[in-house]
Amino acid sequence: MTERRLWSWLAVVLGGLYFLLPLVGMVDFSMRMQRDGYSFEAYRVVLADPQFQQTFGYSVVLALLTIVLGILIVVPTAYFVRLRFPGLRPIVEFLTLLPLVIPPIVIVFGYIRIYNTSSVLPLTGSWWGTNLLLLFGYATLSLPYMYRSVDTGLRTIDIGSLTEAAQSLGAGWARILAVVILPNVFVSILSGAFLTFAIVIGEYVFAALLNVGSFGPYMVWMGGNRAYEPSALAVVAFAITWACMGLIQLFTRFSKFSTVRR
Amino acid sequence: MTTSVASLPTAFRPRQVFSWLGVAPFFLFATLFLILPTLNIVLGAFRNAEGQVTLENLGKLLSPSIRSAFWISIELSLLTAALGCLFGFLIAAAITLGGLPRPLRGAILTFSGVASNFAGVPLAFAFIATLGRLGFVTMLLRHWFGINLYGAGFNIVSFLGLALTYLYFQIPLMVLIITPALEGLRREWREAAESLGASGLQYWRMVALPVLWPSLLGTLALLFANAFGAVATAIALTGSSLSIAPIVLFAQVRGDVLNDPHLGYAIAFAMILLTAIANAIYILLRMRAERWVK
Repeated sequence: MTERRLWSWLAVVLGGLYFLLPLVGMVDFSMRMQRDGYSFEAYRVVLADPQFQQTFGYSVVLALLTIVLGILIVVPTAYFVRLRFPGLRPIVEFLTLLPLVIPPIVIVFGYIRIYNTSSVLPLTGSWWGTNLLLLFGYATLSLPYMYRSVDTGLRTIDIGSLTEAAQSLGAGWARILAVVILPNVFVSILSGAFLTFAIVIGEYVFAALLNVGSFGPYMVWMGGNRAYEPSALAVVAFAITWACMGLIQLFTRFSKFSTVRR
Repeated sequence: MTTSVASLPTAFRPRQVFSWLGVAPFFLFATLFLILPTLNIVLGAFRNAEGQVTLENLGKLLSPSIRSAFWISIELSLLTAALGCLFGFLIAAAITLGGLPRPLRGAILTFSGVASNFAGVPLAFAFIATLGRLGFVTMLLRHWFGINLYGAGFNIVSFLGLALTYLYFQIPLMVLIITPALEGLRREWREAAESLGASGLQYWRMVALPVLWPSLLGTLALLFANAFGAVATAIALTGSSLSIAPIVLFAQVRGDVLNDPHLGYAIAFAMILLTAIANAIYILLRMRAERWVK
């Protein structure tokens, strides 16, 4: 018994070393910009860079818009599939899982071929069109996470009774979805939303191939041209990922707690 | 719940139209931004510039440079999937069966959730800061132990460096997937095996592994697909000096190198094919694995 525990500790300690050393290295490197010891100089330089502010702000807005678009597409679909079209369920689930199967670089390659300037729908020809295409692309990438989180949320409530109750009070579909269903699945949507945020904020391939100056391409440019700033950016990105995952844990625990109480 | 819906009064039936309107945006969206783009690539792989059906593009995949790019990609994905499975399994076994303090298990699972999503550009930066020429561990080894990594031929911008970096998201993914499977091993099975005189090794070889193998192989396939589609990590780490399939496609799409869109189609098609096969294996084996959970 003690022998097994010894081996287990060994596995965990070695694993811990492998996983913690890059984090230590990243933090250590990010603070070595000034020769005379540790400082936050790299962070100061990065945060004061107008390019950083612009690209980071852009990516945050884009991530939030992706979440809103994802909710608008996924919530009615998941709701009606559960309520009215259980037969469509396998098809919808398959479609929502496709973005995990098809590599993102292939999807964006398809976009460039279909929506280029000589096509019927020349989205890549204009600033608005390109940004819209990127938004739709990110909503596609977020489908697996959004759908699963919304569907899990719908499973815990009795949408049939809720719908009938709302209908007998004279509510239309839009009202039922916005006022009755959405608030009830809101906590489960949040886990999908935070995951989407973490993915979109540093995404590189879509943005680079569509020539959009977002945070991902900015980081890669920094990586090729500076020494210490990339590590500071990596620390920032890691903190965002950590925060998103932490919030998901917090909210799932919260939602479990509230369902148990009910 | 479903019966109450089915028995709704017929007065509600005309609203069926609204229900269709509710799912229509999703199908329109999926068609425009998922199915058509993919279909365009797949069909394009079998057509030439004049629109005639041909296998010429797929034939170009066999040219030495493309073939070696795919081969390196497959090797890299297989290696990191196999090692990811092995180390992930050891860590998962340690936290589920190893008798470690309970809070440690929660902490490792939470960290795995973060690390499996910490892929892409920042991950590459973290490894450059750690194992790069002036990286933390490189310097540590040189100053404390007198080991010169780069003198010994190591380089983070290499196959080995890329593999080390990929493991950072492969191992946690394995931990996340296999921990529930290990928890599904019932205590009674082990006790039954022991009461029949089985040794620990015999229990693993004859009871636990036969139950676990669909999960293990399935996760191996999933990790393979996971590594195969990763582009950002590789580009941020190596620039484009290491020629793996996704990087070759990236350069093709950007138009950096020889501008033949149909070769791009063929590369993309081959990538879809490989990840689709890997995912299909994962799904089939997972369904098999779930038989034991019930």
